[in-house]
Amino acid sequence: MTVEEKQRTATRRPEPDTGPAVIASGQTFAQVTAQISAAPLLRRNIPALWYISFALGLFFTLVLLYSATYLIFRGVGILGIEVPVAWGYFITNFVWWIGIGHAGTLISAFLLLLNQSWRSSINRFAEAMTIFAVMCAGMFPLLHMGRPWLFYWILPYPNTLTVQPQFRSPLVWDVFAVSTYFTVSVVFWYIGMIPDLATLRDQARNRLVATFYGVLALGWRGASRHWRHHETASLLLAGLATPLVLSVHTVVSFDFTIAIVPGWHSTIFPPYFVAGAIYSGFAMVLVLALPIRYAFGLENLLTERHINNCAKLMLATGLILAYTYAIEPFTAWYSGNEYEMYMVHNRAFGPYAWAFWGVIACNVVIPQLLWFHRFRVRPKPLFAISLVVLYGMWLERYMIIIGSLHRDYLPSAWTNFIHTVWDNAITFGSIGLFVTLFALFVRFLPMISMYEVRELLPFSRPGGGSEK
Amino acid sequence: MTDSGIYGVMAAFDDPAPLVDAARLLHEHGFRRMEAYTPYPIRQLDEYIEQGPQLPPVVLAGGLLGTATAWGMQYYIAAIDYPTNIGGRPLNSWPSFIVIMFELTILFAALAAFFGLLALCGFPRPHHPAFNGRNFTEASNNRFFLCVESRDPHFDRDTITGLLYELEPLEVNDLEGD
Repeated sequence: MTVEEKQRTATRRPEPDTGPAVIASGQTFAQVTAQISAAPLLRRNIPALWYISFALGLFFTLVLLYSATYLIFRGVGILGIEVPVAWGYFITNFVWWIGIGHAGTLISAFLLLLNQSWRSSINRFAEAMTIFAVMCAGMFPLLHMGRPWLFYWILPYPNTLTVQPQFRSPLVWDVFAVSTYFTVSVVFWYIGMIPDLATLRDQARNRLVATFYGVLALGWRGASRHWRHHETASLLLAGLATPLVLSVHTVVSFDFTIAIVPGWHSTIFPPYFVAGAIYSGFAMVLVLALPIRYAFGLENLLTERHINNCAKLMLATGLILAYTYAIEPFTAWYSGNEYEMYMVHNRAFGPYAWAFWGVIACNVVIPQLLWFHRFRVRPKPLFAISLVVLYGMWLERYMIIIGSLHRDYLPSAWTNFIHTVWDNAITFGSIGLFVTLFALFVRFLPMISMYEVRELLPFSRPGGGSEK
Repeated sequence: MTDSGIYGVMAAFDDPAPLVDAARLLHEHGFRRMEAYTPYPIRQLDEYIEQGPQLPPVVLAGGLLGTATAWGMQYYIAAIDYPTNIGGRPLNSWPSFIVIMFELTILFAALAAFFGLLALCGFPRPHHPAFNGRNFTEASNNRFFLCVESRDPHFDRDTITGLLYELEPLEVNDLEGD
């Protein structure tokens, strides 16, 4: 009996304490290859949902292009920002998108170090999500500059202006943190994908397609020497990416904490931001995973176990966030600082009270449903809860930025923020760009790591069990 | 060296277990210039197949270079090239430099891991004799290949073929060179 026949008939009983299996039983090496390479290689296997998402995404990408062009043409005056609320939707969006990326790195790096084999089915598209989210995020500070074509002034380089960046400023740290994060994420994603690109090269029946994936695969042969270096590189990159991901949102939070604005100037911000980032990131992972799993019929590889685990992690990070929400008023009261206390009161009962109570409802109250098993494993309620969390996290950043800025120290400077149609157009446009990029990824690249799933199959280890 | 016209002898298996057995058997017979081609990493092979230089020192060097670059750049700009007095802080205010030192350490180490991986694997390399193997495209799907290369000092085509057949491979073939 060949190993694939053994795999086909293997009925692996789930271990009693871990619940459903990571991979459904009866999967074989060739079946996994065929299933995952179908979307990139066979045009007929693309579900209708893909076309709908791609079309919608492309439409909003065009909205983004149009409004960004108009923004560059007319300047940031078309947005709702003005003094003292100089940070409006754009910085909200920046913080929100960067945060969403964090769960992807967490899944691919942190769970790899912890030897969590269930990550294998979701790490690839979670990493893709990270990269596209960081791309969307990076766009906002650039557009927010007012003169994006001079963005290179923030970089240290020998120049005729004889000025240099101020390295004591967190805004400069942010440039380094976000660009490092993007580069490392791309490198990690690409290295992880090389063996699967080789599979696509070998499976392609069209010479042009084979050449395309062959170039990307760099000549991967699956030699044991390759695997050894590949595994070392993956582990080292995971070890590098884990502290990096924590540093990125920490540095983003420094943009706030270093300022002496009430509600920003607080030591709780770094862990607060990181927890919120991972929270929204897991929500986005689920928002992407559930439709993909349904549309591409991946229930055998993306099992109930993955969905359940992501939902549990979302609940856990949500509880950390709820704790920081509770600590903020306490800190304000304990500080005895009247501006801090006013800020807390104004946040809950001032003109932006709707945002505050919206945050509490979306991020604290509604996700408590995840304590119930049925809300963690049923796709539709879980999808809805994830969308609520994503909106809640956007609202939280809005609350932090606008809620603190619109009431300055000087009452004569007080003003409310009113967004314009261009704020909305670019915000939805960035979501469109994200959806478009993700749809292209799902269509042209292996969305699940084939070689890592092969390792999880029974009889993949010479001893008879699975490799991990 | 005999049979210099061929690159090596390659056996194909449909199961990882006989592949590891074959590698062990050939290793016991003194063959060292071997390479296995598998669809996923098989750790047991590392015992029998020589690995060559390793990646971690490259990554460490990259990381240290990143730290040094970041500090050097910030010190030069903040203290020598463009000194600015910010609230009376010293020009070399190194605690403020830590963040970028950290970021560039990670960046350089990650790039060292990437380029180190390419260098150690010899990538990009679009052509390799192994690709001449029969059904070699299945090496990235569900087949397991073992190749003894002709540059092994003890290389002998018939002995190796005989040994490989003991493990019931799907097929054993001579591998043409480039």
